[in-house]
Amino acid sequence: MEMFGGINPAVLIASLMVASTPILLAALGEMVVEKAGVLNLGVEGMMITGAICGFIVAVETGSPLLGFLFAAVGGALLSLIFGVLTQLLLSNQVATGLALTLFGLGFSALLGQGYIGVKAPTLGRIDLGPLSDIPVLGRILFSHDPMVYVSLALVVAIWAFLRFTRAGLILRAVGESHEAAHALGYKVIRVRMLAIMFGGACAGLGGAYLSLVRVPQWTEGMTAGAGWIALALVVFASWKAGRVLVGAYLFGGVTVLQLNLQAAGAKVPVELLSMSPYLITILVLVLISTRGAQGAPASLGRSFNASS
Amino acid sequence: MIRLEKRPSPSRFWTATTPLLAVALTMVAGGILFALLGKDPLEALRTIFWDPLFHPQFASYSRPQLLVKAGPLILIAVGLSLGFRAGIWNIGAEGQYIMGAIVGAAAGLAFYPSGSPLIFPLMVVAGALGGWAWAMIPALLRVKFRTNEILVSLLLVYVAQNILASAAVGFLRSPEGGGFPGSRNLSQWSSSANPELITGTGMHWGVVAAFIAVIFAYVLMSKHLLGYQIRLAGQAPRAARFAGVEPGRLVVLCLSISGALAGLAGLFEVTGPAGQISIDFNSNYGFTAIIVAFLGRLHPVGILLAGLLMALTYIGGELAQFMLGLPAAAIQAFQGMLLFFLLGVDVLSNYRIRFGRRSVA
Repeated sequence: MEMFGGINPAVLIASLMVASTPILLAALGEMVVEKAGVLNLGVEGMMITGAICGFIVAVETGSPLLGFLFAAVGGALLSLIFGVLTQLLLSNQVATGLALTLFGLGFSALLGQGYIGVKAPTLGRIDLGPLSDIPVLGRILFSHDPMVYVSLALVVAIWAFLRFTRAGLILRAVGESHEAAHALGYKVIRVRMLAIMFGGACAGLGGAYLSLVRVPQWTEGMTAGAGWIALALVVFASWKAGRVLVGAYLFGGVTVLQLNLQAAGAKVPVELLSMSPYLITILVLVLISTRGAQGAPASLGRSFNASS
Repeated sequence: MIRLEKRPSPSRFWTATTPLLAVALTMVAGGILFALLGKDPLEALRTIFWDPLFHPQFASYSRPQLLVKAGPLILIAVGLSLGFRAGIWNIGAEGQYIMGAIVGAAAGLAFYPSGSPLIFPLMVVAGALGGWAWAMIPALLRVKFRTNEILVSLLLVYVAQNILASAAVGFLRSPEGGGFPGSRNLSQWSSSANPELITGTGMHWGVVAAFIAVIFAYVLMSKHLLGYQIRLAGQAPRAARFAGVEPGRLVVLCLSISGALAGLAGLFEVTGPAGQISIDFNSNYGFTAIIVAFLGRLHPVGILLAGLLMALTYIGGELAQFMLGLPAAAIQAFQGMLLFFLLGVDVLSNYRIRFGRRSVA
């Protein structure tokens, strides 16, 4: 295709994987949260908090890995607010998730005051020696930064955890019927709290991937809806880890494609290209919803109070 | 051992008191936040909540700003509250607000430079229609395909922002602007201007519309069958269906009202305080209105008060930025905290707190 003149398909696929990683990480975390029966709409807020926490720590310590660690901690701490409000104080999950997003956007902007325009140390690519030198495949599979591999490992780990482990079974039981799980003696609130914090940590990692690798810079509101797309992705994936991966990479493909078209000066208005990822997400949501919400955990979004 | 026991119906006392409690808690937490930022917390709180109204030097400027900022917040929040009551979550008011402004401005500018008195009314109608049409997308997708309206309405905000960008630099750009982004100045063209109606009050047509919306919503919710159906659908969806409430109809209605009101707010903003379509005229009112709706307990009169309070934090925040160098983002975080505390203390109105072990029944 002449539209792609000069663009190497292998590079395109490799950059697609980079573009997908933030939403992949966030969506995986949210999937686990929803599997436990909790709907946390604060993904956007947790992502941006992770983005700034990771950025600050990476700049101050010079270590991007420490940055990612603290991004996960920051995301988890923020999600803890959501956990306390929805699980202990039984607040409405939709409203509390929104509050988390609004607060996260303001809070991150506050933390990021002195960091606009600063350059952060970025993650280097892992050099796998001869493997990375394989033509085409080497560029696609063996020359990424560690977080891309972490995100892929996480897909497998979450799939295996939910499918094969006892803890995964308990988590799913809590999400399907919290009364039954409670009657069996499982700590519904504790399981949900842990799931929420895991989701927060994943969203934080996804945000830090944006600020430390993808962009890599700090700007206010830089997640620009990535958290909402991650939420849509969970629905798209029918709460299955493998499909989250497919969805994230499809979405990443659209993003990379439209960016390349913008750069190539295609005869389509820039604004139309920039809005295309959101429009396509909506389109996909519509297509998915026509066949019903398959696989949604039965207790999704319902509060649990043992004494009621 | 602390247990929560569901009240048969929400406590009236706590329903009225919890917003005040939340405000008080937010002030404490906000004070700590400001202290961490190295500002004197008491001075910061006084600058935000007291000085805009009573400071001898600034109050004359900032007092009218109260209505200017509260107008759009109340107008949008009243619309949102109807849907929230029914469990219909339109969180994309920001997008409807932007689209209302664009469509309304475009309708007016099509007749530039006519002096006809019909132009402003035409723009108002177009603005409402713009917001309404944008809200109909999630509404119809929800009714036809059961697509989640939360995600669709929110994603459409980003689409609207891109349309706004393209309007400001493209199809609505002022031909006399020297190539700079931004439309013609609507507040200086007499046919489209939405001026201050009474000097020194900040009252413009958007504020009038907000007051009318409050009254309209109050009557609707307490006296009209539709209001009853909205409340029933939110509290007991199954019972509502048995009572003959069509969920689809309710979705369309609630999103129609909230979309049209958000569109109106956008139109009044762009013809008045903002003055023109520019890339960033929107100032996030659509999102802040969500906080206003909850802070006002989804009740029209509550929203009126909450809108004024939230407007105060905006103006006070600007003043604190100017006087104390408090970052603009601090006030945004402060507003978010307010919503957290509000949702947290809500437990008091819906549950009774019991200490000690449960007695065996």
